[in-house]
Amino acid sequence: MATQTQPRSEPLPPPVTEIGVIGWLRKNLFSTWYNALLTLIALYVVYAIVSGIWNLVTTADWDVITANIRLFMVGPYPADQTWRVQTSVAIFAFLVGASWAIWQGVARSAAILLGAVLLTSAVLPFAAGERVWFLASFAMLAAGFAVGHFTQARRVLVWAWLLSLPVIGILLYGVGGIPRVQTDQWGGLLLTLTLAIVGIAASFPLGVLLAVGRQSTYPVIRGFCIGYIELIRGVPLITVLFMMQIMLPLFLPEGMTVERAVRAMVGFTIFTAAYVAEIVRGGLQAIPRGQSEAARALGLNGPLTLLLIILPQALRATIPAMVGQFISLFKDTSLVAIVGLLDLARIANAAANQPEFLGHLTEVYVFIAAIYFVFAYAMSYGSRRLEKTLGVGER
Amino acid sequence: MASPPPPLSQSSVPFYRDVRVLRVLVQIAFVALVLLVGWFLWNNVVRGMARIGGAFSFAFLENAASFALSETSLPYDPATDSYLYAFFIGVLNTLRVVIVGIILATLLGLVAGIARLSSNWLIAKIAQVYVEIFRNTPLLIQLFFWYFVGILKLPRVRDSIEIPGGIYLSNRGLAVPWFTPNETFTAWLVIAGAGILAAFGVYKLLGRVEKPFIYEWRGGWAFLVWLAIALAAAVALQPFTPSVPEIRGFNFGGGVTLSPEYAALLLGLVVYTGAFIAEIVRAGIQAVPRGMVEAARALGLSYIQTLRLVVIPLALRVIIPPLTNQYLNLSKNSSLAIAVGYADLFYVSNTIFNQTGQTLQVILMIMVAYLIISLIISTAMNGLNARFKLVER
Repeated sequence: MATQTQPRSEPLPPPVTEIGVIGWLRKNLFSTWYNALLTLIALYVVYAIVSGIWNLVTTADWDVITANIRLFMVGPYPADQTWRVQTSVAIFAFLVGASWAIWQGVARSAAILLGAVLLTSAVLPFAAGERVWFLASFAMLAAGFAVGHFTQARRVLVWAWLLSLPVIGILLYGVGGIPRVQTDQWGGLLLTLTLAIVGIAASFPLGVLLAVGRQSTYPVIRGFCIGYIELIRGVPLITVLFMMQIMLPLFLPEGMTVERAVRAMVGFTIFTAAYVAEIVRGGLQAIPRGQSEAARALGLNGPLTLLLIILPQALRATIPAMVGQFISLFKDTSLVAIVGLLDLARIANAAANQPEFLGHLTEVYVFIAAIYFVFAYAMSYGSRRLEKTLGVGER
Repeated sequence: MASPPPPLSQSSVPFYRDVRVLRVLVQIAFVALVLLVGWFLWNNVVRGMARIGGAFSFAFLENAASFALSETSLPYDPATDSYLYAFFIGVLNTLRVVIVGIILATLLGLVAGIARLSSNWLIAKIAQVYVEIFRNTPLLIQLFFWYFVGILKLPRVRDSIEIPGGIYLSNRGLAVPWFTPNETFTAWLVIAGAGILAAFGVYKLLGRVEKPFIYEWRGGWAFLVWLAIALAAAVALQPFTPSVPEIRGFNFGGGVTLSPEYAALLLGLVVYTGAFIAEIVRAGIQAVPRGMVEAARALGLSYIQTLRLVVIPLALRVIIPPLTNQYLNLSKNSSLAIAVGYADLFYVSNTIFNQTGQTLQVILMIMVAYLIISLIISTAMNGLNARFKLVER
């Protein structure tokens, strides 16, 4: 019969203009007339920028980087002692490799990034000795992975990480038989990282202490902490750094001197601690009262409640803000260039002022901006991963 | 008859276990420690300063500054004007860059933040790349880049890039047309001020009209009223003479020239802070629940009304506190002016303490100046925040 309905056939495929590349273009770039106009303008902007970068890359002379790579990495650190820096990097690479094998997660991303940087550097036209060293560090990374994979020694790894900082510090600074290299001779990326790591490690406990003090029921202690935090947060970092460079020697008894890099570390610590304190305070305030009441009911005293119940919860909630603060500390280490330390930013200006490389400022700035970018971006990426692993905001 | 239990205060707790006594003792001990450390440091400073020569006093501020400043917004003569006055010029220069910087960074951040949420993939990506690059590199490097690679590499004055409208771009900075006030300028200011009052009256009046076209746009109408009054007065009184920049020898005559240092600092601060504000704006808009927008549309509000009455007030509530922080950061970051040699508060102070050696006093002055600027910004923003705060029962 003609009236009988056809058996339902397969649904028609969507029109070709709605799927695939064309569909995507229509949906994301040309959905309305003004979107189409915006897209065209944006395309022109992208074209202008890309062609500018292309011009830069094709006309750039990267000799200024390759010739000065040692300067960029370690500054005026004595050339015959560079092996100590290289050994430190190798130790670090080994530990990162082992962490990948044992912890996975963030450590994996860190290891891949480090491996990629080392391999890329080994391919770039640096001096032969340095390229061999990049390869050796990469080998250490792989060795660390292998050792970690077969031993799965979690506890040893934690201790190794805890010990690595003092060991690397002693190796670089020199104690006993190893000749001493004062921090005044540290420079470049080495100094930048040292300042950032020491600043983070020292300002964190101080900041937590200040935050707890700000919540204290003792009015005097609370007042002192509030005063400190608000005073420091109200002034620019550069004034704190200047003050430390000029005033710290005055504050100390006669005859006692402090290395300039150490003065900068003190400045960063004092400054960042105030910001860390505010972040931790936010975390502390987010913990419901019932938590501390329950802890007291179970018989824990004040300090133990804080240490075992409140702080672990509070600190977990503050990871994103804390990492953000540490990223900004890392970027702000460049300010020591203004007070005369030879960090990455200052080395950049020094390198670009060498007579044979005059006029190559762009290359130098692009290079060091890329270094800062990689570290800062890696930190923020790591924090996002860590947040997910710890389930912040889900529990 | 059983005697009642003795009141608590008479119980035989020894004083060293009495919490009330302990609390006081702990605090006294803390104060004593702070005072001791403070006294030790102060003593060292006084002795150290005596060694360098000079006691703690602010008398040096009255001496003639005797150093030139590259940029002054008030007349300044190094031979006769005091250090205090030079410091004040520095404060004005800081304010000049902070105020303009805050306005421009807010605009840039707003545009970039909205662009990040655009349905146009390309626009959203461009905004994202901008934000990531400028947030993850140090401001100092960006300032060096803008100054040494950007502005100082521009052509010389004679070959400067001319932008239609009498704007010239060269390695001596940016020259723009400006106005020089005539004698009638004060009279015009008075009339324009009265115009604001009149416009406010119109605004209130239109608030009673129930025609949506008039009611919705009453702000715009009021502004038009003010504009008409101000323009009419300007035509009648001729309060300013326009002055257009022109190339005279190695420099510009006429107009106003923004120095390369100012331009680089402003550009650096605006682009850097703009990236942070963009993220804040994006988070603020995303924090408005979709249901709110849908409910507003279902109630019959137009797209503009939904934005104005629902989305923006809700988003502002999330945006204002972190935005305040960014404004404070911008004002404090302006101290990086010293890297490009712009004569701001910190740069001038640095010169003063290099010349006089009165470090402690000058550093105290710097801190107080920045604290006051921070305080003004946060007070203003807290006022704004109070207007948009959630009104709870």
